[in-house]
This record gives sequence, C-alpha cells and structure tokens, in this order.
Amino acid sequence: MEHGDKAGGSSSSNSSSSSMNSIKSRGRSGSSSSRGRVEGGKRPKLAVWKFASCDGCQLSLLDLEDELLELADAVEVAYFLEASRAVVKGPYDISLVEGSITTSDDVERIRRVRKVSRYLISIGACATAGGIQALRNFGDVKEFTNIVYARPEYISTLERSTPISEHVKVDLELHGCPINRYQLLEVISSILNGKRPNINSYSVCMECKRAGNVCIMVAGGIPCMGPVTRAGCNALCPSYRRGCYSCFGPSESVNIRSLSNRFRELGMDDGSIVRVFRMFNAYSQQFREVAREEEVGTQ
Amino acid sequence: MPFIVERSDFGQFFTVLKGMGYEIIGPRVRDSAIVYDRLGSVDDLPIGITDHQDKGVYRLRRRDDQALFGYTVGPHSWKMYLFPPRMRLFSAERRAGNLEVVEERHEPRRLAFIGVRACELHAIQIQDRVFLHDIFKDPVYEMLRKDVFILAVSCTVSSSTCFCTSMGTGPRVGPGYDIAVIEVLKPVHHFLVEVGSSLGGEVLSNVRHREATREEVESATQLVESNARLIGMRRSMDTSNIKELLYSNYGSKHWDEVAERCLACANCTMVCPTCFCSTVEDVVDLKGEHAERWRLWDSCFSNEFTYMHSGTVRRSTGAKYRHWITHKLASWIDQFGTSGCVGCGRCITWCPVGIDITEEVKALQRDGGVVVEEEAVR
Repeated sequence: MEHGDKAGGSSSSNSSSSSMNSIKSRGRSGSSSSRGRVEGGKRPKLAVWKFASCDGCQLSLLDLEDELLELADAVEVAYFLEASRAVVKGPYDISLVEGSITTSDDVERIRRVRKVSRYLISIGACATAGGIQALRNFGDVKEFTNIVYARPEYISTLERSTPISEHVKVDLELHGCPINRYQLLEVISSILNGKRPNINSYSVCMECKRAGNVCIMVAGGIPCMGPVTRAGCNALCPSYRRGCYSCFGPSESVNIRSLSNRFRELGMDDGSIVRVFRMFNAYSQQFREVAREEEVGTQ
Repeated sequence: MPFIVERSDFGQFFTVLKGMGYEIIGPRVRDSAIVYDRLGSVDDLPIGITDHQDKGVYRLRRRDDQALFGYTVGPHSWKMYLFPPRMRLFSAERRAGNLEVVEERHEPRRLAFIGVRACELHAIQIQDRVFLHDIFKDPVYEMLRKDVFILAVSCTVSSSTCFCTSMGTGPRVGPGYDIAVIEVLKPVHHFLVEVGSSLGGEVLSNVRHREATREEVESATQLVESNARLIGMRRSMDTSNIKELLYSNYGSKHWDEVAERCLACANCTMVCPTCFCSTVEDVVDLKGEHAERWRLWDSCFSNEFTYMHSGTVRRSTGAKYRHWITHKLASWIDQFGTSGCVGCGRCITWCPVGIDITEEVKALQRDGGVVVEEEAVR
C-alpha cells in the first residue's frame, strides 16, 4: 500500500532547511528564460509521495486537465507513482506529501522524503491533521484491530495517526479533503514565480459572502461549520444550500464553544456536535481539544 | 410637490428605465431570502412577502396583502454592485522579457437600483465619502457609481433588528435619490412619489401619475412616522458621547466577554453596507507570462488584515471586535465626519451567533467605562 521507498530514499544531501529564496530569487532575476529553473537550466523536479490516504489529493493534480500539459512543461514530474512508473532520482525541488503517518515505516520514510526535498508541502486533511483515520486517536487502536481483523496480530500500526508536521519540518500545508486543485496550482506557480501563494486561513464565511450566498445557518437554521473552517473551497457546500463539513479544517480563529452553543439552539444534541468536529480534521490541534471538552460536557 | 402613481402603473418605472438603457437591480426572493439581483419586471419583486428578523435569524413569511416593499433589508447591500466583492484591477503580460501592464476594460453598466431604503441611501453616501472624497478617488467605484439611478423607498415596515431612528438615517428617505416612494396599501394600493433629481423627473414624466392631495401626502407620511415610533421603541442605541465611550474603553474587560461569543468569522463586516476594506491578490500563470491583480473584500477580523513584519497586530478576537465597533461608531466620525453605522441591523441578523451591536454599546455604557489594564486585550 505504501510505495516508493526506492525512489528518493537512497539519495541524500539536499538540505531540508533551504528557504524559499533560492527559487524566488531566480524568479526575480529578470530574464524570462531563467525564471523558475534550477541550476543548469532544468525544470524544477516535482515528486508526489503517498502515506496513509485515499489518493484523492494526488488525483486532484491529475484532475487539472486543462492545465496538465502546461504543468508538465513547467516542472519535471520526477516521481508520481499514481501517474507513472517512470521514476527520476532525487533530490526534488518540490515534494507534495499526501497521507498521514500511521506506521513506524512511515516515520522513517517521511524523514527520507524530507532529506531529498527542497520544499515539502503536505497536502490534504490526512497529511495536515491525521485524516479520518485519526479517529483512532480518540480510542484504543488494539480494540479496533481486534474487532475488525480476523488476524489482528498481522496488523502493525502506530497508536495514533499523525500529520506530517509532527515528524518533519513542513514548508507549507495545503488543507482540504480533498485539496482544491486550483490551490495546488496556485502554490506550484507561486513557487515557480517567486511569489507568496494566496492561501488564506480566514473563515469559509468570507468566501461565502463574497459569492453572494445567503447564509444557510441564519436563513435556514442549518448547522454549518463555515464560521470555524478555513477558506479554500469557495464555500462549496453552502453554495448548494448544505452546511459546511469542515473539509478544510479549523480556520485561524476558532471558537468552538460559541458555535456549539448555537448548534444546540438549532436542535443538535451534544453527541451530534462532537461528531461534526470528529470528521476529516478531528485530530487538528483546535478540533481535538474542544471535541474532548464538549464530550466531557455531555457526561 | 408629491405625486401619486397607482399600483397598476408602478411597472412603468421598470419599462421606462429599461428603455433608457438601465439594467434594473432590486429585491427578489432567492434561497429563502430577499436578495438584490437583476429584475426583469415589477413581477420579480417579492410581492406579498415579508421577512422576520432577529439576532442570528432570518425567515421569510407570506403577508396577507400584495405589498411590493413589505419587508426590510436582507443579506445583500448595494455595495456589492458599487464595490464588488471580487474584481480584477489590471493584468500584466511579460513580452520579450519586459512587463507590460494591461489596463482593465470595464464594461459600462447603467444600473438602476429599485427599492433602496433610507438607511441604505445613507450607506451609499458614506461609501461615496470613503471612495470619492478629496483627491483620493477609487476609479472603479467612481465608474460604477456615476450612472446609478436610485428609486428609494421609505419604510412602512421594520424588523426587530432595525435601529435607523437611533442613527438618524431613516425610515424616511433623505436626499440623494432620483425617485422616492412611500407604498400605501389601503384603501387603494398606490405610491406617493417624490422627485429628487431632474433625471427622476424625466423618468416620472414617462410614468402615468397625478398630483397628490394633501390628505394623501399626510396619510402616507403617517405610515412612515408610526413605523419610526415602532423602531424607536423596539431597538435603540444611545449615540450621545459614543465616541468618548469607545475611546475610553480600549482596556475594558468587556472585550474578553464579547470574544467568548464572537466567532471572528467576518460575517458582520461582509454584510455591513459601509465596511469598505479590501485586499489584493496577485495571481500568475505557470509560465510567468500572464499575471493579474484582484481586489477582494477583506475584513478586520482576519489575521492577514493587520499582518506586518512582526506578525499580526490584532490577534485576539476581543481586539478584533473592539477595533471593528470602535471604528464603526467612533473613529469613523473623526475620519469621515459621520458614523460608520446606519442602523440597518444586518450585523445583528447575519451574525451566526447573534451578537448585537446595540447591546454591546449598552453593556459598555452600563460598565461606565471600567478600564482594566491595557494588557487585557491584545
């Protein structure tokens, strides 16, 4: 299930602490031919790594159908097993990391990925918050494996599913379940052009209001996670009159107690409130604490 | 001299304005609310519909009559047409190693706003001062604003969240309109019409009308005045010394109390008809050959809003709320000569948790400006 140890693992030596400046300065260097190229005139090398995940975020790269040829022109897709068996050796300029760390092998492998990557960007709720599989973190993983598997002794797994940033330095986190492919494109083109990517951490409500949507919580009494959720999806669900599920996880300012009180007024019971926070981003720093707090409150 | 236009003739305003090349924007029902959108004819108005509004609550209800304007303000405000939420400012092309700026070509739009309320007309005038004052004119706003035709409506109904009487902005429409109307339902459905500009006069001259009698003027005015009394009884904000009140409460412990409820989600600033903050985002294609600069609505509730070299200035939710209400009600006066609040009540209705600006002011007034250490809120 976890492929790819071969590719970059043996290679080493590229400093993980190299800053954005290296490509940035080239981006500003004037001549368009040198823009975004690594030394020697080559295209930047892109690698896509998978850990515990559903592959949906990687697929969003392939879903960039209209931009794919241009993207393949701008970067060398050096390691992307979801798309091609052909592998180019590291080091890599941009590493996209999907999935969470769930095994001791993962712990080792993500360190090797870090070593061969100039920029390491974790993509998706698994890589940034542990994903839906981090629900195990709130229970006893041994109990789960005993219930689920006929031979639980074959299962070798860590007790917790954890985000990439708990193990190595991450240069940028791209949130979402799955990520917004246009945000991914924005990040890649920003790196190539030496500008800061427009990735915002304010609430979904900002995007929702800019879109001219009518607030479904105020006008429809529908519980919505938008006020505590990071923007990035262009308020997808509220635009279709559905409450936000918080695919993009906590926004920069999270007041779960106040929103939970409102959910209660709208008729949700405490168990349901805990469950809306126990979704794809359950183990994010903000949601995990308050989910506990709310649960304690129900007992 | 006011005039009377019968309900059966009111649709002529639409045909006349369309004939003059105007795109008609006004209230209509969409997604369980009365929003501002393009209107084809008078039949697109929310006929016989009203709104129930409260803190964090908005619901549509059916009226037992066929009123055209039997509701108050909804989630949208006219700023979305004059100060669009997303707008490309310019593009740039890289040609032979040089950067060439390509100016934005704006399609000229002649907009007619139908159903502008008294508070909203004040809000437009406040944004006029923000965007068009002195030498610092916003070219986009100026272009969008200059040809707008305003058909204003004095309110004969109000919501529980309205407090225009406290802010001196309504419910009677003040100067600045082309046409102003009061809707009278009984005994015969008609409109008392006043002309506020030569353009308004030109439009009215093409709509069937007659002079109003003194009785008709009085009875229509009565409807607005009794509505004003109702608004004043239901919700109020004491604005005497409000600047001093807010300026002397930077260190109040009350901001921490607000922060327990506030989500810092920015909804209040998005729905406010006077909030004018924006940010710019540059986007560039993969090849670095085409770039665009976009202007987007921003909010003082976002961390990025006050981000400087040392980080975000206002980090706590209490500090953000304090900044918003202090600017809106106090420093706005120093900056632009009027309050930034028109009492429309949108921030109360559309706050997901129902935070009420009038109650927050009352709480500060009750505390009498209890000042705790400056450190309290940062």
